[in-house]
Amino acid sequence: MIEVKQVTKVYDQFPVLNEIDVCLPEEKIIAFIGSNGTGKSTLLSIIGRTLEKNGGHVYIDDIELALWKSQELAKHLSILQQAQQSIVRLTVEELVGFGRFPHSQGRLSQEDQQHINRAIAYLELDHLRTRYLDELSGGQRQLAYIAMVLAQDSHYIFLDEPLNNLDMKHATQIMKVLRKLVDELHKTVLVVIHDINFVSYYSDHIIALKEGKIVAQGSTDEIIRPDVLKEIYDIEMTIKEIDGKRFCLYFE
Amino acid sequence: MGGDTILFQKYYRTIYLIAFVLLAVYSLSIGVQDFSFTALLNGESSQLTLAVISRLPRLASILLTGAMLSVAGMIMQSITSNKFVSPSTAGTMEWCRFGVMIAMVLFSQATTGQKVFIAFIIALLGTMLFMKILQKVKIKDQVMTPLIGMMLGSVVSSVTTFVAYRLDIIQNMSSWLQGSFALILKGNYELLYLGIPCLILSMIYANHFTIAGMGDSFAKNLGLRYEHILFIGLSLVSIMTSIVVVNVGSIAFIGLIIPNLLSMIKGDNVKKNVIDCALWGAGFVLICDIFSRIIIYPYELPISVVVSVVGSILFLFLIRRKKR
Repeated sequence: MIEVKQVTKVYDQFPVLNEIDVCLPEEKIIAFIGSNGTGKSTLLSIIGRTLEKNGGHVYIDDIELALWKSQELAKHLSILQQAQQSIVRLTVEELVGFGRFPHSQGRLSQEDQQHINRAIAYLELDHLRTRYLDELSGGQRQLAYIAMVLAQDSHYIFLDEPLNNLDMKHATQIMKVLRKLVDELHKTVLVVIHDINFVSYYSDHIIALKEGKIVAQGSTDEIIRPDVLKEIYDIEMTIKEIDGKRFCLYFE
Repeated sequence: MGGDTILFQKYYRTIYLIAFVLLAVYSLSIGVQDFSFTALLNGESSQLTLAVISRLPRLASILLTGAMLSVAGMIMQSITSNKFVSPSTAGTMEWCRFGVMIAMVLFSQATTGQKVFIAFIIALLGTMLFMKILQKVKIKDQVMTPLIGMMLGSVVSSVTTFVAYRLDIIQNMSSWLQGSFALILKGNYELLYLGIPCLILSMIYANHFTIAGMGDSFAKNLGLRYEHILFIGLSLVSIMTSIVVVNVGSIAFIGLIIPNLLSMIKGDNVKKNVIDCALWGAGFVLICDIFSRIIIYPYELPISVVVSVVGSILFLFLIRRKKR
């Protein structure tokens, strides 16, 4: 279980996160939503220990983040940040292999190899195994990174805007994989997503941020409502239900 | 991919090693003193002395120098994820020379060990300063990085020359400007063997360097600390560069072209490439050294001149291929 208590983050005296308190449910897709600059990615990075907080506590399975041994934590929690800055020339297989690093320290065992194969198969990347990352399209590369995180085999999986710049085919493929991770492998997945309809269609639980504070949280049904969304985004939305799923229209 | 290519890949290391050994043997045989292997095998003591005092030390230092500079370049390129960074384009070599100068000022009769030690400390601090500058400046274009490195290197170099000139040790300093194997003899090169443990450590940490290349948060996600890897990497780079600069002198380009060539052919997985990187670097310097000794025989060119000429041509070729 992940508990966030009084977490604060300040950039150049400008508070980005203001005493955040939140408790995250287990075995769900949890979406962080909000406008640009509301601190979604900052919060995700702090819980995912890639960013230092200025105050407060984060407890992963009842142990404060700072007290975890980093190698041990890497087996429980993995995080994939927005678009990797540099594309290293590794093959898909090699990249996915690095996901096993916390378990194997680089010496891949039979078991590690099985995890790698399973992760590659899960994202349907078998035909791209030996291709180099810089020869792939943005969508394929994103799938490869997600396969790596999957090979890491952690219970908590954090993804920071995994759908950025992807076409609809790859975007839906990724969301379906995340769904399977939760439904079949019982993982807890945290994602930052901008497209509200992806959130509405695929996620179970939503946490909405505005000006560094949580303004709304609850199940998808509780949040995908015109009044709540108006509070979060400051825009009017019409919500239509098609086959039991809610869709938000905000183009007017 | 055709069957021939696969066959080539399978046997390439064997082929390479055979060529390597042949070149090494040939390298032993060239020089002003006549040297013959038959005489050596017949037990002529003069031939044995020649081999032990001059030819073998020279061969060992060629191979170690090539391997160390090439691996140092690969480590730097991996941890900075910048293909244009190497000991000669990040100012590391200039800092080493600065360190040698400091050693000569501090101890009037500085031993090789003292020089290497001080050169190592200064090179490590200097290269870390360069990394700090890179983090602060946030460069968009990768090509700008070596420009900053070379500018910094030139400033350090001028300071070194100025101080050396003022203190009248410029004569002693100039031998560190251009790398050369001509002065390598038994008794004055043995510190180069320190390179072997450094190379082994580079292999042990190979995976860490690849991970660091994928960024700070990527490393953290896998339970590693980027700064930690950076420190280990730069320490290895600095010590290997110092050993070479003190014993042989500065040689540019090796740390730049060999890893880049490998990256194009076999990717950026340091673990997979590090042995090839050492072997190719050693082979490259071996060939260049043979050239340097036969081109104006019985005299010889400094190795750094030959490496620079061959290296710059190869480098232009690499840049052209990259653009395509």
